[in-house]
Amino acid sequence: MLMAIDMPALRPDVSPRAPAGDSGHHPDGRPKIRVSQIHFYYGSFQALDDVSLAIGANRITALIGPSGCGKSTFLRVLNRMYETVRSARVEGSVFLDDQDALAMDVTELRRRVGMVFQKPNPFPKSIFDNVAYGLKVNGLRNRARLREAVERSLRRAALWEEVKGKLHDSAYALSGGQQQRLCIARALAVDPEVLLLDEPSSALDPIATGKIEELLFHLKQSCTIVIVTHNMQQAARIADDTGFFLMGRLIEFDKARVIFKTPARKETEDYITGRFG
Amino acid sequence: MPRAAALSRTLVRRLRTGDEIAYLATLTFANVILLIAALLVFELWTTSALSRQRFGWGFLTGSTWDPIAGNFGALPFIYGTVVTSAVALLIGVPLGVSAAIFLAELAPPRVSDGLTFVIELLAAVPSVIYGLLGVFLLVPLMRDPVQPFLRQTLGFLPWFQGPNFGVGYLAAGVVLAVMIVPLMTSISREALLAVPRDQREAALAVGATRWEATWKVVVPYARLGIFGSVFLALARAIGETMAVTMVIGNNPNISASLFAPGYSIAAVIANEFTEATEAIHIATLIQLGLVLFALTIIINALARLLILMTTRKGTAQQ
Amino acid sequence: MMYRFRWRKIVNLLMFGITGLCTLVTVAVLFLILGYLVWKGGTSINLDFFTQLPKPPGEAGGGMANAILGSAQLVLVAALIGVPVGFVGGVYLAEFGGPTWSFVIRYVADLLNGVPSIVLGIFAYSMVVLPMRNFSVLAGGFALSIIFIPLAVRTTEQFLRAVEQPLREGALALGASKWKAIATVVIPAAMRGVATGMMLGIARVAGETAPLLFTSFNNRYWSSGIDEPAASLPVMIFTYAISPYPDWHRQAWAAGLVLLALILVVNVIARVLLLPKHAHGH
Repeated sequence: MLMAIDMPALRPDVSPRAPAGDSGHHPDGRPKIRVSQIHFYYGSFQALDDVSLAIGANRITALIGPSGCGKSTFLRVLNRMYETVRSARVEGSVFLDDQDALAMDVTELRRRVGMVFQKPNPFPKSIFDNVAYGLKVNGLRNRARLREAVERSLRRAALWEEVKGKLHDSAYALSGGQQQRLCIARALAVDPEVLLLDEPSSALDPIATGKIEELLFHLKQSCTIVIVTHNMQQAARIADDTGFFLMGRLIEFDKARVIFKTPARKETEDYITGRFG
Repeated sequence: MPRAAALSRTLVRRLRTGDEIAYLATLTFANVILLIAALLVFELWTTSALSRQRFGWGFLTGSTWDPIAGNFGALPFIYGTVVTSAVALLIGVPLGVSAAIFLAELAPPRVSDGLTFVIELLAAVPSVIYGLLGVFLLVPLMRDPVQPFLRQTLGFLPWFQGPNFGVGYLAAGVVLAVMIVPLMTSISREALLAVPRDQREAALAVGATRWEATWKVVVPYARLGIFGSVFLALARAIGETMAVTMVIGNNPNISASLFAPGYSIAAVIANEFTEATEAIHIATLIQLGLVLFALTIIINALARLLILMTTRKGTAQQ
Repeated sequence: MMYRFRWRKIVNLLMFGITGLCTLVTVAVLFLILGYLVWKGGTSINLDFFTQLPKPPGEAGGGMANAILGSAQLVLVAALIGVPVGFVGGVYLAEFGGPTWSFVIRYVADLLNGVPSIVLGIFAYSMVVLPMRNFSVLAGGFALSIIFIPLAVRTTEQFLRAVEQPLREGALALGASKWKAIATVVIPAAMRGVATGMMLGIARVAGETAPLLFTSFNNRYWSSGIDEPAASLPVMIFTYAISPYPDWHRQAWAAGLVLLALILVVNVIARVLLLPKHAHGH
């Protein structure tokens, strides 16, 4: 009901999905994910109320809003991470390309929609085993191909040069910023079509944050990126599209320059001007 | 029809990922716990049936135990268990709770850590070792000078009269006290440490001394957990076998004097079970085991509930 | 006013002293036990103790070689039964259990943990000794495993729960199924704690005496198989201590020293490993 959604190029006719990376960098490309009328509950608490939006392929979509507004919950709907919470319940529909994301096999969905968490969470394993983990659980056993994939992922995450000599050291030996890029490499190793990031730089210093933003900018050529952030500057710097959440509702969704320059809704303007001072 | 098809599809998929198999496998192993408990009750109940048929409730109140004549009354053992446990609590509770208060509230942290470590080690000492020291160190000390001294000073009380053997209710009670203190101390200490900081800080802020804050605020706040630790210690004392068997004197008679040799439920099972040949003798011993089981289960269940209410570290941890 | 203030100070100091004294008395017991065992046992221990069989009653000399082996066998049987059951059961409680059923299992495990070990001895007697018509290592090991399982379940659960949620989610987000995430990330991360907890459980049952009295019973000779009765250190300490022979008393002390030393060493190692600074295995 409270929707002023200007969905960028939402097309009703959906053609079969193109291979990832094929569509190139189209500012107004097809939507990669279409979410409609999502209602989300933790027990009797409603965390999302009638949220609909379309996430453009090969774009960076930033979700902003005050704490507890539902933006992280929304992210967890996209890869069904909410299913680890026993009392969680969702209504509505999520389509990844033309496939029903809520009905498809959850491990398949999570392979195609990767996620990076707020705090770096490397496994207590070596750097190599961290990156290879997703490939191994998805059945890849060939050592040579694993090595190749690990190197490619670490390069994409701009970490290769820093760790190539110590791939078999513990991941815990890395700095916080390196650990977070390792987690990005880990997510990239399985070639996800979409990468979800939940406040990925909130635990990092400005230099490490800068590296990650730069990285995301390169990555959007090959995958679709959705990032939750409470750092408005960050959203303004890197996002193509931005959605503003408030109390479980998507108040406004538009191109980032519109949201930050000329928001249509009073709530958005208040939040943004409040944040910018 | 499509519903059924969809259902079978999801089932197949869930089986394929292995999660359902892992769930069922772990559930099976976890249920072994319930199976053990059920079998335990069933076995104790059926193998002691003969005793219940023959003696009924009178078994619990009969005061003669004479396997040769076929007289089986459990009262001397129940009495011994109750008396030794009471002595153990009388000595152990002040000691254990004081130590817990000292470790949790008053001692400097480094001292507290070191002493807590020692108390945890103490809890790991097997009961037969306590029995060994009981036989060769405590019993001679009880014979002389402890019991003669008690007779001289408190001899006007019926508990401190009669012949002095060294072994007996008092010796067993003292060994039990020593054994239950570490358990009581470590659980009470946890209950005290679980008291929120602001509680004691509030008391200190209005000018209470360290002790006043502890005694008037922290201890009352943690009292359920402390009671819980006392109940756990009681259950432990009731079921304790080896150390008691070695120092209680093994005499199935009821005496008012704490100096007198007596017997406990656990001790009589330990001593007579392998020697019992008559079916009825075995059945009565198992019936005693059932009594012991019931007593400790009830006390434990109560203790767990009390601890649960203060620390949330107990049974119902989520 | 001043007087009252001073009085409160005195009470404060006094209670510090009294509770501190109670703690010292408690702690001193360990040193008393250790000191006495080292004094009495240390002078009685010799090579024969580890290599010889027991001599007939009243004859001096001999040792407890068979009881040392018997204890090792009993503990091994207990671990072989108890570790898998306890570990997998603990995985259920920590990872798969619904709230109600987990609560029931946890509560029953805690109650089983409080059942006197002599009662579990009766249980093992009627479950194993009666059907096999023989006292045996198997029966004794079974009795010990019943004591061990509740401990193992709870310790496994506790250490698995201590693994941070983001690690699980990290694995799930890469497309790992739940059991794969548990097997490849959660369990390896908790392994150190679980293994140490299991060691503590083993040390606990290694000193149990009461449940062995009428399950593994005793044996003056080597036991020829796990379906035979066997001597064990705790039972030997008991029988020798209450015997009338001074030379057996001497050996009881030696056995007590050996048993307690083993148990305390395992405990100290395990508890040092569990200190918080070592929480991460890497």
